[in-house]
Amino acid sequence: MSRVLALHLGLVALLLAMHFVLPAYHHGNLARVMVLACYAIGFNILFGYTGLLSLGHALFFAAGMYGMGLAITQLGAAPAPALLAGLIAGLVVAGITGALALRTVGVAFMIVTLMFAQAGYLTILYFGDITHGDEGFVIQPAQRVLWGLDLSDPSWRYLAAWALFSACLIASLALVRHPFGRTLTAIRENEERARLLGYDVALRKWVAVVISGGISALSGAAYGLLFGYAGASFASVQYSIFPLLWVLLGGAGTVLGPFIGTLFMFYLIDLTSGITTAYMLLAGVVLVLLTLFAPQGLVGEVRRRGWGWLP
Amino acid sequence: MELGPYLVLATLEGAVMAAVLALTACGLSLVFGVMRVVNVAHGEFFMLGAVFAWWIASHIGGAPAWGFVAALILAPLIVGAIAAAADMTVLRRIDYDPERTIVATIGLLYILQQATLMTYGPDARPVEAPFNTRIAIPWVEWTEAGWALYWPWGVATTSYKMFVIAAAVAVLAGLWGLMTRTRIGLLMRATQLDRDMALAFGIPVERVYALVFGLGAGLAALAAVLIVPIQQAHYLMGHDPLLLSFIVVIIGGLGSLPGTILAAILIGLTDSLVSVFFSPTLAKILATLLVALVLVFRPQGLFGSRAS
Amino acid sequence: MSAILQTSGLTRRFHGLTAVDAVDFTLERGEVRALIGPNGAGKTTFVSLLCGRIPPSSGSVRFDGADITALPAHRRIRLGMAYTFQITSIFSGLPVAENLSLAARGRDVSLSAALERVGLPEREETLAGDLSYGHQRLLEIAMGLVQSPRLLILDEPTQGLSDAEIARFKALIRDLAGETTILLIEHNMSVVMETADRVTVLNFGQVLAEGTPAEIHANADVQAAYLGTGGAA
Repeated sequence: MSRVLALHLGLVALLLAMHFVLPAYHHGNLARVMVLACYAIGFNILFGYTGLLSLGHALFFAAGMYGMGLAITQLGAAPAPALLAGLIAGLVVAGITGALALRTVGVAFMIVTLMFAQAGYLTILYFGDITHGDEGFVIQPAQRVLWGLDLSDPSWRYLAAWALFSACLIASLALVRHPFGRTLTAIRENEERARLLGYDVALRKWVAVVISGGISALSGAAYGLLFGYAGASFASVQYSIFPLLWVLLGGAGTVLGPFIGTLFMFYLIDLTSGITTAYMLLAGVVLVLLTLFAPQGLVGEVRRRGWGWLP
Repeated sequence: MELGPYLVLATLEGAVMAAVLALTACGLSLVFGVMRVVNVAHGEFFMLGAVFAWWIASHIGGAPAWGFVAALILAPLIVGAIAAAADMTVLRRIDYDPERTIVATIGLLYILQQATLMTYGPDARPVEAPFNTRIAIPWVEWTEAGWALYWPWGVATTSYKMFVIAAAVAVLAGLWGLMTRTRIGLLMRATQLDRDMALAFGIPVERVYALVFGLGAGLAALAAVLIVPIQQAHYLMGHDPLLLSFIVVIIGGLGSLPGTILAAILIGLTDSLVSVFFSPTLAKILATLLVALVLVFRPQGLFGSRAS
Repeated sequence: MSAILQTSGLTRRFHGLTAVDAVDFTLERGEVRALIGPNGAGKTTFVSLLCGRIPPSSGSVRFDGADITALPAHRRIRLGMAYTFQITSIFSGLPVAENLSLAARGRDVSLSAALERVGLPEREETLAGDLSYGHQRLLEIAMGLVQSPRLLILDEPTQGLSDAEIARFKALIRDLAGETTILLIEHNMSVVMETADRVTVLNFGQVLAEGTPAEIHANADVQAAYLGTGGAA
C-alpha cells in the first residue's frame, strides 16, 4: 500500500474511531464538519484542481438541499430517492449554469457564477409558499429513516456523515490521480498548452463544473437530511464564500486540504461565536491573511516544505 | 384612482434611487476602469458612509443642517482614507492580481461589516434631513370646464429628495471635470490606458491607485450620506448597493463612466416602476439573470461598442 | 509524394491589418520545410491558422486530404499535428515526466527515449519550471515527439539554445526527416540551410519565394526583404 493511500485511509479510520471516543458536543460538530467538508471537496475540484474560481457554489449546495427537501415535503418521497433527487437537481443546475458561465473567463466567470447563485437564492425566496423563504422548513424525524437507519439519531447520523465523507475523500483522491483529473490540473497550469496537446479543454472544464456541482449538491442534500432542515441562508452569498474560505485555509489543490480547512474554520467560528455575534469578522481576517501570506493553505505549506508527495 | 399619478411618483422615487446608484456605481466603475480590479467590499464603504454620517451628525449640536453638512464633507473623506489604507496594506501587496483581489476584498467586506456590528451595533439609526418640505405633485384631469390641475391625495415628494438628485448631478459633473480637465485626472486616464507605460513615464502609479481606490469608496460613502436621511443606517445596508452597482457597471460596460450613469438611470427608473407592477423579488431575479447573461453574451455591456 | 497539408487563399485580418494574405501553401509528406521571413511577416499567425489557435478570416486548410478549416485546435492535434510555441509553453508547475505523459495522451511511448532524443538529461521528477530556459525548450520539443505526430510544427525552436544544443537539434531534425513531416519557423540560417528540404519566405503576409535553400539563398527579392532595401525600388 502506498503512503498516499495509507494516509487517506488512516484519516478515514481515525474519524471512525472518533465515533466511539468523542463527547456528544464534539461528536455532533464533527458530523457537521464531515458533511460540509464534502462541499469543500466538491468546490476544490473546480477551484483547486481546475483553477476555476466560482463565487456561486451555494447554488449547487442549495439545489441538492432543496431538491432533497422538497422531494420529501412536497412529493412525500423516501430519503433514498430524495437524496437522488437532490443530486440530480445539482447536476442539472451545474450543467446549465456551467455551460453558460464557462463562456467567460477570470473575473467575469466569478461574477457570472455569483449572479446565478444570487438569482437562485432569490428564487427560493420568491417561491416562499413551498420553501418558507428565510425561515426554511423542517424535515421530520419520521421522514429521515434511510434503509431502516434513523438519521435523527446522533449515532447513525455520525456514521452516515462518515460514510459520505469517506466516499467523497477517496473519490476525489481517485479523480485527481486518474488521467482525467490530471488533465484538469494541466488546464489549471496552462490552458492553451493543454488545448494544443489535443485535449478538449471546454468539455473538460464543463465536466469539472458538473462533478464539482454534483458533489456539492450531494453534500447539501445530506446536510438537509441529516440535520433535518432546509433554509434559504444555505443559498446565500455567505455559503458561496464558505467553501472558498475552507479550501483556501486547508490548501487549494490538495486532497486533504478541504477537510482540514473546514475543521479549523468550523472550530474557529464556533469559539468566536461564543464571544461575539460578529463571528464573521474572523472569516474576513482569515481570508485577508491567507491571501497576503499563505496562498497555499495549511496542507499546501506542508507539501511545499518537504512532503512533496502529498496529492 | 388613476394610474398616472402613481407612475409620476414612481418615476420620481426612481430618479432618487438612480441618482444614488449612479454615484455608488461610478465609484465601482472608476476602480475597475483604472485599476482593473473588482472591489467586492464596495457596498461596505457605502454602509460606512451612512454609519459615519450618523456618528458625525449625532456629535454635532445645533440645527440638524450643520450635522448633515459636516457629515456630507467628513464621512466621504474618512471612508476614502480607510479605503486608501486598505489599498496600501492589502491590495498593493498582492500586486492587484484580479482573482486574489476579489478574495481579499471579500475578506475586507466581512471585516468592515462585522467591525461595524461590534461597535455601532445591530440597530438601524436615522439621520435627520436638513430640510424636508413636502411637495405635492399636481395632475391633470378632464372636467366639464376642460383640463384642470389637481393635487391627488398622497402623491407627494419632498424638497430633500429633489436636493439628492441635484447633488448627485453636481457631484457627477465634478467627477467628469476632474477626470477630463485636471492633471490628476490625466494621470488616472494614463494609468488606465497602460500601467507599464505610465510607470515608465514616471507617473507614481501606486499613489494613483491608492487615490482612485479612496475616491471610489468616497463616492459610495457620499451616496450613502445623501440617502441616509431617507433610509436608516444599518450594518447590513451595503448588500443591495453592491449588487445593484455590479448590475449597473456590467450593463453599462465595465469601466465606462457614461455607460455606468446611463445604466444607473435605466436600472433606477425601471426598478421602482417594475415594483409598481411586479413583486420586487421577481424584478431582482430578472435583473441578476440579465447581468449574468450580459456578461456571457455581451461582455462589453449593453451600451458599449464591441471591444477590438 | 502527396500533400499532407494544403492551404488555399488563407487570410487573417486583425482590425484592418492583413497579417496573412491569401496564402496558397502545400507541404509534401515527409519533407522538412523551413518558413522564414522578417519580423512581423506573419509566420506565427500563419502556423497558428494551421493548428487552429486562431480562426482564419477566409480561405481553407486541408490536412491529409480532409478540410479541417472548421475544426477546433484540439481536434486538429488529434488528427496528428503537434505544435510548439514561439514563447515556451509547458506546464511549469508539474514534473517533467507529467509534462511528457500529458503530451503522450495515453500512447504507449517511451518518455525517457524522447528526453534522450532531444538531449535532456533524465530528471523526470524535476518541476518543469525549475529547468533552465534552453532545457524548457527542449522539453517542449520532446512533448511534440511523444505525440508521434504526422506533422510537427516548430515555432523558432532554437531561440535561446546554446551552440551545442543547436548542433544536437540539427541532428534531431535530420534524424526525424522521413519519419514525419516538419514545418519549422526559423531565424537561424545555419539551421535552415542544413536541415530544410525546401524553404518558404513570407513577407507582409504573402509568399515572397519558395525553393530549395540554395535557391532562396541566391534570391534577390529575399535579400531585399531581409535587408529592407525594397526589391521594387
